[in-house]
Amino acid sequence: MLNPSKVVGVPTARIDGPLKVSGCAPYAAEHYEPFMLFGYVLPATIATGRILAIDATDAERFGGVIKVYTHENRPDTAWRDSKWKDEVALPGHPLRPLESDRILFDGQPVAFVVAETFEAARDAAALIKIHYAAARPHTDLRNELSNRYAPPVPRMKQLVPPPPRGDAEKAFKEAPHRISSDYEMSGEYHNPMELFATTVLWKKDGELTIHDKTQGSQNSHEYICQVFGLDPDKVVVKNAFVGGAFGQALRPKHQLFFAVMASLDLKRSIKAEMSRREMFYLTWRPSSFQTVSLAADEEGRLTAVMHDAVHATSRYEDYQENVANWSALAYKCDNVKISYEIAKLDVSTPGDMRAPGAATGVTALETAMDELAYVCGIDPLELRVKNFAHRDQMQDKEFTSKALHACFREGAARFGWSRRSLEPRSMREGHELIGWGMASGIWEATMSPAEANVRLSGDGKVTVSAAASDIGTGTYTILAQLSADAFDIPLRDVTVRIAESTLPKTGVQGGSWTAASTGSAVQAASKAVIATLLKHAQKLETSPLAKAKVEQVEIADGRLVLEANHQIGMPVSEIMERAGLSGIEEHAKVGPDMMTMRKFAAYTHSAVFVEVRVDVELGVVRVTRVVSAIAAGRILNPKTARSQILGGVVMGIGSALHEEGMVDHRTGRIMNHNIAEYHVPAHADIEDIDVIFVDEDDDKASPIGVKGLGEIGIVGVAAAVSNAIFHATGKRIRSFPITLDKILTERTDQ
Amino acid sequence: MRPFSFNRAETVKEAIAALAQNPDAKLLAGGTNLIDLMKYEVTHPGMIIDINRLPLKEITDLPDGALRIGALASNSAVAYDERVKARFPLLSSAILAGASPQLRNAATTGGNLLQRTRCYYFYDTAAPCNKRAPGSGCSAIGGVNRIHAILGANPACIAVHPSDMCVALAALDTVVEVEGPQGAREIAFLDFHRLAGDEPQRDNTLQTGEIITGLRLPPNPFGQNHTYLKIRDRLSYAFALVSVAAAIEIDKGRIIDLRVALGGVAHKPWRDTLAEREFADRAIGESTFREIAERLLIGAKGQGQNDFKISLARNAIIRALRQAAAGTPQDQTVKAIQ
Ligand SMILES: Cc1cc2nc3c(=O)[nH]c(=O)nc-3n(C[C@H](O)[C@H](O)[C@H](O)COP(=O)(O)OP(=O)(O)OC[C@H]3O[C@@H](n4cnc5c(N)ncnc54)[C@H](O)[C@@H]3O)c2cc1C
Ligand code: SF4
Repeated sequence: MLNPSKVVGVPTARIDGPLKVSGCAPYAAEHYEPFMLFGYVLPATIATGRILAIDATDAERFGGVIKVYTHENRPDTAWRDSKWKDEVALPGHPLRPLESDRILFDGQPVAFVVAETFEAARDAAALIKIHYAAARPHTDLRNELSNRYAPPVPRMKQLVPPPPRGDAEKAFKEAPHRISSDYEMSGEYHNPMELFATTVLWKKDGELTIHDKTQGSQNSHEYICQVFGLDPDKVVVKNAFVGGAFGQALRPKHQLFFAVMASLDLKRSIKAEMSRREMFYLTWRPSSFQTVSLAADEEGRLTAVMHDAVHATSRYEDYQENVANWSALAYKCDNVKISYEIAKLDVSTPGDMRAPGAATGVTALETAMDELAYVCGIDPLELRVKNFAHRDQMQDKEFTSKALHACFREGAARFGWSRRSLEPRSMREGHELIGWGMASGIWEATMSPAEANVRLSGDGKVTVSAAASDIGTGTYTILAQLSADAFDIPLRDVTVRIAESTLPKTGVQGGSWTAASTGSAVQAASKAVIATLLKHAQKLETSPLAKAKVEQVEIADGRLVLEANHQIGMPVSEIMERAGLSGIEEHAKVGPDMMTMRKFAAYTHSAVFVEVRVDVELGVVRVTRVVSAIAAGRILNPKTARSQILGGVVMGIGSALHEEGMVDHRTGRIMNHNIAEYHVPAHADIEDIDVIFVDEDDDKASPIGVKGLGEIGIVGVAAAVSNAIFHATGKRIRSFPITLDKILTERTDQ
Repeated sequence: MRPFSFNRAETVKEAIAALAQNPDAKLLAGGTNLIDLMKYEVTHPGMIIDINRLPLKEITDLPDGALRIGALASNSAVAYDERVKARFPLLSSAILAGASPQLRNAATTGGNLLQRTRCYYFYDTAAPCNKRAPGSGCSAIGGVNRIHAILGANPACIAVHPSDMCVALAALDTVVEVEGPQGAREIAFLDFHRLAGDEPQRDNTLQTGEIITGLRLPPNPFGQNHTYLKIRDRLSYAFALVSVAAAIEIDKGRIIDLRVALGGVAHKPWRDTLAEREFADRAIGESTFREIAERLLIGAKGQGQNDFKISLARNAIIRALRQAAAGTPQDQTVKAIQ
């Protein structure tokens, strides 16, 4: 009863694009009100210890300053930990800004200055004198490996390593081919373009309208109401436009807390925006150490997979992500052993960053697979095909779909992989050695519970509403596309209302599940609207659709008609008018289908092919070509989908070659806390990136056949780059990012 | 940032007078470094003297074949000036290897000479740093020092001068023209910047109250036998880990005049004219290049994280000399190193 695609599946420019490029899309910090106040956060400059004394006298006297908040005068808030736990909180004790004199990490907020102008708040903050008693910090994961532990309270059950399968140790010992390697990865910092900010608009009756940079307006809403004991009906949180987030805005950040705290205390509207420097003190992708051991028989069939991972967490929370479990399902193997641990450091709690865990763990696994290919003397792609997993052995389930063979085939053909010689250092042009590397990627395709309302009005126009977010991914556009098709109307006749806490319940935007979840809810609500419309049509006298079943009708050209015969039907406007309706609005709620998921597991897959050129004398690496072939079910909008993958590939190149948090372990402080010195790829580092979406029909992963695209683009990219560097140079570098010093000093493996 | 008063100078004299009267004043040119330093609380001028209206933007030919570049000529204006491209292509190339188009449009010639180090600790007021707070210590020693000096450093400060343009200027025997309360004077480029010594807070030999009015580039015989080679952590928009400005005057396969200036390795654009002279009359070729590289790096010392710079500098010098000798200077729009 829904139309074949006219807009869905067609490359469609973002409907919010014109607003964004013309500067008319207000982000969280861009809401103004006369006489509003401005806040500025002062970060700690030690990593662990105590505040002995704070002298804010000069700051308080500074012209325009209204109030300086520190742990000594912070207004009371909820005291139970549970009140501070947001929707994606972790086991442990959530950070309560300005709770006490204790410092747990570099950059922890120690004061919040409120003033009549941003400049006054910022300049006054610099005048606050803090006397610390610093303790010796522990920030080097390498030195804390002996304190590693399995998280006692799992964040989610999927993060617990599966029990061992077969006898991996024994199989490893007996195998003719094997490798065992250690991989080290630097901490990474999300650094979305838009800085974290919150604007609180205060009304006399105590109502708050909050514009927050968040990946979930309802998450911020609930957090604020709990922490400050507010009436949920008197608080609205909006996140209409979000300038990138990558997971950093999943959990509420301290600027939200501060802005609301000061607004309630001072009974004024207030805005708090963080500095770029503070982007390095929030969540981060934790530094990690991994060991992957692989063994294969004479033919290159895996006989043992062992993956051992440890990453950093903070003193106060147990951050967890799925680093190693991928190794239990990516390839067919009967002997598997996975271990996953974390180690406490004096750092802020790490958090989800694009493909959390997979970007780390699959990089190690896929580099190890390349190493194994060389030990076996088999082409790396062939090795992967040979060990193709047709079933999820970890959960003992079928895949809902897995078009990875098509990714291998189409990606390899586009890249020209068949012309590759196995031998490293076999291609050269001028001073540069050329290398071709590949890797496979995997990410989970999940649906989370989501609700939506769809309203069809008499004039045929449609309004969709859900509390979903658009963090730059294209949510506005795909929801409009889905409803445009459902009602056979042009995109411009759809209004998408999202990004507000009052709208139908939706989880945070993360994990690549928004399109599948909210998209399915919108589709379900659209169906419900059509069903109601049919009911009304059937109540009318002489209805041509009197006997029609809901599955048999659709809307075409403004008429409710029989799918099989468009001649039979009646105009939507007529039905509404005769039924005395101005519109029909329906609500729908969707969630994962538990029955199906008992038997099936859903993942997105990719194959990434990379060409690098390495000037070995100078250590300079150029990534000259990338082909990324993606199997992600139905692609709603090839244009925004491609953007997601391009962004993922660029970020993957960054984690392969550039992104590195440089910590001075003597003080536990990150030193390159700006984007001049914390490097991400510049334009010059990015050349051809070719994205292929292979056909993949999936009727189980989600009702609309969508699997999600936000994360899969990055997975495997860093491994493909490092494998290409090996192919170019014969140097196997297992420490990421692969900066030029490592290329200069690493010896050739073969 | 702290509140400051703002003053706009219309003439050089006015600017000098304002500087003399206000010891805590700073000149504002493009502002691409100064404003950052103010925002980071590294410097707190009580007064800003905007010099952008001074008549120092011109690039003029001098009778002796030299070129005079006004202190306020933007980095882009210099890089794309036809005379600079034709007669001082090394300078043009070095400028284009630096920063980004937006920054080069704003940045000025004088400001580029006076930009401060990118040492992480210098920019973070919570860290001890002798350059920012004399006597507080040098955090970079034993710390995060991937970008620091391998030549001419001392325990007081191991920072490097970050400019690309200045490396070319050092190779080209540029003269810096300055004017101060005592009148005008000239400073040879190699004497303009200084090693940290025991006063790391002083980057150069400019006296209090002096302002840079321009640069003078003497004519040079190098033709296409030059290159600017910059090695950095990504392919654009990063400061040099090591850079080499090389120029060779060659006659019948022999070196007449050799110039090799290094960036990213010392507290100042590094040149060793004594060493250069030792290679006069030597035959162009791989073994000579290797010897030159070894000779220039005698005494080079790493600080741990930057040890790799020694071999990187060696290889970069050799590559640069090859390019210069072949008359095939590095094209800054090509990302492969030739
Ligand atoms: C992100 C980033 C990346 C960069 N990358 C590079 C790079 O790769 N390579 C590179 O070489 N540079 C790079 N730069 C630095 C840039 O080249 C300098 O900031 C610029 O040249 C400074 O010039 P300005 O006119 O803006 O100086 P300003 O910031 O205005 O001034 C700098 C200093 O010079 C003083 N001053 C200015 N003019 C005069 C004068 N005529 N007489 C006396 N004193 C004067 C000022 O008082 C101030 O102390 C980068 C900068 C940034 C921000
Ligand atoms: S190297 Fe120089 S600038 Fe850096 S911390 Fe040491 S003294 Fe300061």
